[in-house]
Amino acid sequence: MIASAFFFKAVLLCYFAGTALFSFDLWQERHRRQNPSDPNGVSSEEENHAATRSQRLALWVTAAGVLCHTAALILRIGAAGEVPFTSLREALSFFSWAVVIVFFWVEKRYRIYIVGSFALPLAFLFLVSASALPNEIRNVHLTLMGTWLGIHTTLSLLGIVAFAMAFIAGLMYLLQERLLKSKRLGSLYHNLPSLSMLDQWNQQAILVGFPLLTLGMITGAMWSEYATGAFWSLDHPKQWIAIGIWIFYFVVLQGRINAGLRARKAARLAILGFLGAMLIFLTLRPA
Amino acid sequence: MNVVVVGLNHRTAAISMRERFSLPDEKIGEALCRLQAHPHIEENVILSTCNRVEIYAAVKETALGIASVRRFFLEMAPDLPENTLLGSLYIYTGGSGLQHLFRVASGLDSLVIGEPQILGQVKDAFEHALRHKTTGVILNRVFKKTLSVAKRVRTETRICEHAVSISYAAVQLAKKVFGQLNTCAVLLIGAGEMAELAARHFMSQSVQTLCIANRNYERAVALAQTLGGIPIPLEHMRDQMVESDIVLCSAGASHYLIDVSDVLQVIKMRGNRPIFFIDISVPRNIDPEIHTLDNVFLYDIDDLNLAIETHLRLRQAEALKAEVIISEEAERFSLWFKSLAAVPTITALRDHAESIRKAELEKVLGKMGMLTATQREAVEWLTTSIVNKLLHHPLTAIKEESTSPNGSMVIETARKLFHLDPASPVETHERSEGGAP
Repeated sequence: MIASAFFFKAVLLCYFAGTALFSFDLWQERHRRQNPSDPNGVSSEEENHAATRSQRLALWVTAAGVLCHTAALILRIGAAGEVPFTSLREALSFFSWAVVIVFFWVEKRYRIYIVGSFALPLAFLFLVSASALPNEIRNVHLTLMGTWLGIHTTLSLLGIVAFAMAFIAGLMYLLQERLLKSKRLGSLYHNLPSLSMLDQWNQQAILVGFPLLTLGMITGAMWSEYATGAFWSLDHPKQWIAIGIWIFYFVVLQGRINAGLRARKAARLAILGFLGAMLIFLTLRPA
Repeated sequence: MNVVVVGLNHRTAAISMRERFSLPDEKIGEALCRLQAHPHIEENVILSTCNRVEIYAAVKETALGIASVRRFFLEMAPDLPENTLLGSLYIYTGGSGLQHLFRVASGLDSLVIGEPQILGQVKDAFEHALRHKTTGVILNRVFKKTLSVAKRVRTETRICEHAVSISYAAVQLAKKVFGQLNTCAVLLIGAGEMAELAARHFMSQSVQTLCIANRNYERAVALAQTLGGIPIPLEHMRDQMVESDIVLCSAGASHYLIDVSDVLQVIKMRGNRPIFFIDISVPRNIDPEIHTLDNVFLYDIDDLNLAIETHLRLRQAEALKAEVIISEEAERFSLWFKSLAAVPTITALRDHAESIRKAELEKVLGKMGMLTATQREAVEWLTTSIVNKLLHHPLTAIKEESTSPNGSMVIETARKLFHLDPASPVETHERSEGGAP
């Protein structure tokens, strides 16, 4: 317990530092874009230098954070004896971890560091929310029921993580589009990827997230059948929200594939969808 | 031995003066050989572009070498007043000469900072000199190093990354919308010079199709043939826009060829696919209002110019990084270079000793009468080995000390001690590799 709490605090600190550094980076870029009239470019040189250094530093700090986070999660699973991301605190913590892991994958694969300026604040926000909640371990028996529950929650959460990536791609799309429209072609514009790439990310993230969510809902229904004898209970808001999210993304994917939905509209829908998916967290028990 | 740079560029001489000295490719060879014939010039390379004429020469005596190169410049334009010309010539020697060459090759000394063509021109200048055999050990090494430094600058800084020409800026903007352009269809409206230039830039990105619409259909056909595009009549322009991702307009009409209602129809039929308009015609041929429509981007010539200005500033920031790399490399390279200063002294010392040995040997052999071949060989061996052993330490010391701060003092002392200077090495060790009579 103590080790777990220690790791948790270390992670918070690392993500905070990562967020600060990545945001600083973004601000630096903006700063540079708005003051381009430096006569000899000396200060922009320094800023540029600091930016790359702060990016590298941010990556290391975040890597340290994600290691501690993994350790904390493993300790937690060990203590609970199962994979029960059923409480809000655990769900938020796992979610935050997965966002950072996916960020590292994207960073390694596409070398677009600017994603960190969006992913890290998100991960930090979720972890802070988690830390505000009581930290208890309930006694859940290791049964077939518990295993199904673990699979259900993990899959559903991973689905929402994928939607978070689509959300980030959507945000970046709208930002880049605004820069192109307003013709402010500064460093931020240079660092952000092309609109078509962001649109593809958006689509791919939803293509990954949708099956995960579907599987999560099927396993959830099975667990519900074991636990309560019914696949579906009308009075539970979580299930209504889940089905709402599922239908929303189904329609979005359908529109993408059959109706030529893309670009700006798709970016906006990805943002809206993720904000809607956040509602699911409100229905979870705090701890 | 030293390297000297004498030249003029866009900052020191106006075009009216630069054109007097500019050497086209077919005249470079003759000029190289003519300069090589000047006394004191050991090796030379001539770099002649529209913005600069520079002569890089390896010389034994710096001052005499510079005088020779200056005389060469004067001979090229005998009617120019001497003072006017000498006033526009800049001169660099040794380390600062190297640094200058590195900066030139990396595009830091160019009118448009970071422009990439200059590296090719430096390479060509070196190859001309190689072909006419006017380079030797020193300039060969200097120019090879220059090419590698310029490459390093290009890979380690982003000095060449930001577009600074209208057409290239348009390509880069299009890339920020569509990513790779190889799936994009381009529609070119107009068939003038600007249109052709911009279209060529897009073709080099291997765009999927290029359609050309022009009021004069024959010109569209002709341009389509040279560029590998498809000509279409101007009336079909609107239909074609539905299929096009990039519309490049350089038509020179007096009114808007494309207005909001056209584009509204087009984007409706395109679904949500973005469309990118570039209007480089003056007066503008596309209604600027279309920029407010969703998924429509319109850039006119002023926007592109603004982008270029921003890019130039970014390049200037990168140039500072490049300067650091260059001074670092120049410093490292000038170590090798300083050690060269010792070479003539070492050769002179060896030759001096050898001539004494030979002279003395002749005298003694005359007195000793008939010797067998073996005996003669033994005497030869004896004298040679005495000379070599005596010289070994002084020579090593000169070689090692030459790169140290007081290297020149050591060399000077050696020359005095061994009395090397009266018999000046300039005539005795002519090492020119061609061109010299």
